[in-house]
Amino acid sequence: MSLEARDLSFGFRGRVVGSGIDLALAPGRVLCLLGPNGSGKTTLMRTLLGLLPRLGGEIRLDGRDLESWSPRERASRLGYVPQSAETFFDFSLIEMVEMGRTAHRGIFARPSRRDGEAARQALETLGISTLAERPIHGVSGGERQLALIARALATEASLLVLDEPTANLDFGNQMRVLAEIERLRESGIAILLCSHDPGHALEVADEVLLIRDGRTFARGTPSEVLSDANLSRLYGIEVHYHGPHARPVRQAPSQP
Amino acid sequence: MRRVNARGRFALWLLGACALVLLLAIWSFSVGRFPVSAAEVWRALWAALTGSESGLAANAQAVVTNVRAPRVAAALSVGAALAAAGASYQNLFKNPLVSPDILGVAAGCALGAGLAILLSLPIGAIHAFAFVGGLAAVGLVIAIGTWVGGRDPLLTLILTGVVVGSLFGAGIALVKFVADPYNQLPAIVFWLLGSFTGALPRDLAIALPLMALGVATLWLLRWRIDVLALSEDEARSLGVDVKRLRVAVIVAATLVTASAVSLAGTIGWVGLVIPHAARLVAGASFPRVLSLSIVLGAGFMLAVDTLCRVAFATEIPPGVATAFVGTPVFLALLALTFRRSA
Repeated sequence: MSLEARDLSFGFRGRVVGSGIDLALAPGRVLCLLGPNGSGKTTLMRTLLGLLPRLGGEIRLDGRDLESWSPRERASRLGYVPQSAETFFDFSLIEMVEMGRTAHRGIFARPSRRDGEAARQALETLGISTLAERPIHGVSGGERQLALIARALATEASLLVLDEPTANLDFGNQMRVLAEIERLRESGIAILLCSHDPGHALEVADEVLLIRDGRTFARGTPSEVLSDANLSRLYGIEVHYHGPHARPVRQAPSQP
Repeated sequence: MRRVNARGRFALWLLGACALVLLLAIWSFSVGRFPVSAAEVWRALWAALTGSESGLAANAQAVVTNVRAPRVAAALSVGAALAAAGASYQNLFKNPLVSPDILGVAAGCALGAGLAILLSLPIGAIHAFAFVGGLAAVGLVIAIGTWVGGRDPLLTLILTGVVVGSLFGAGIALVKFVADPYNQLPAIVFWLLGSFTGALPRDLAIALPLMALGVATLWLLRWRIDVLALSEDEARSLGVDVKRLRVAVIVAATLVTASAVSLAGTIGWVGLVIPHAARLVAGASFPRVLSLSIVLGAGFMLAVDTLCRVAFATEIPPGVATAFVGTPVFLALLALTFRRSA
């Protein structure tokens, strides 16, 4: 599955949030979307998922206009992993993951044996099959995030869109989720990753798109784009790197 | 908590609940001013179904088939209908504190019934007015909610429901105020309290199919409604047509609730409490919650109505009794749910 956007404008009816976005994502690649709060990342992501109508330009999924795919076709190709599982109802992990099979069955149909197997398989892939019967509110934040990724995999999607998958996770869980993203990429899945953390982009991304005020600020490989100068301008703070794999740190304000 | 072989265990629970409802029904048929034994109940019902001779005294046969059967059928169906509508609405609004009349359907029904009583219309017309009133209230809420729109359409809908419900409530107050205080006012008040005594076979013949239609729709859509518990973006990204599904659920639940309320008056708590009780056993999975809610709702309503009929010298209205039983049960369920999750 490949995704391509050209001169894309996005936003809400009567309010343009961003425009002039070009991006391309091929199988087995990770594209990281970085930008400060309010830069339009989430709106762009929702537009690319087909959840918001685009305002201009084009989006192509496998070369075909995104809007020409039916919602159900789209759902079994584009997987969406939200930031967190916000539901009051305490589904078990397997029930949650089985919902990923919705688009594969008719509107009145109950899940088939195959749906159950696909859900189990997805849990297996993420290494959380032992938690299948546990309630979603009773597992750790990292395991919950893995379950949401498993649900997106159960749709049989070959392109995943992850919305800040490491937000609210501790360091260990962040690394666990990133390692899974890495493995999914190796299996040939295309991944669009919205993140707040330039360190994660360095860790897993093949390409980075920096966004500010809804426009492309910089686009390229992580090492090209994630320069001190770019990040400092993007976030409006002084950023300083130590070595290629180190995390950006905020420098103490310089003396006047 | 571990759910070992959850599917099999749930099937057992459901089967047990069905058996319990069957026993309750036999009990309800046999107790009252004119006691009939379980065997006689069985023979009378069999005779009525097959058109054969039961060999029972004519009055026993009449009590079972003409007096108690409509009432048992009404209680069972109203309980099942309200519980199904409540469970569906709780999933739709992603809020476990939502009851079937959240969009003002009960207030609409009440105003319709009040108007019909004010105009001294016959009983059939009262039911019809109530039904139309309920549909009108929800229709108004959907129209206004859609027109207003907003970022969170569900919240808009709930707020509109509260406002329109209050408006219809004011209408009821006005109708009560202008009603004749000796005949009409008591009739309105009694209607609002809810009762199964007025469940005539003729009204049942209209209300039952409507309730069955609505509940069947919800039941058929149960695997899709399950997904509505997630955020709108998630549900849509999983291929669910959220807007159309919401409309379908609201229409079906409104049909069900309006039929139930026009048949038996405003009966609260069933639609709120029963899905909670079901979730204790069924977990979050909506298909399970719905099946168990239907059975438990039917059983609960029948038990309460039968107790109302036999426990006191004068019958107390089931709408009052469900509140008396429902509130402590709900508090207990809350304590159980939250202490378990703590």
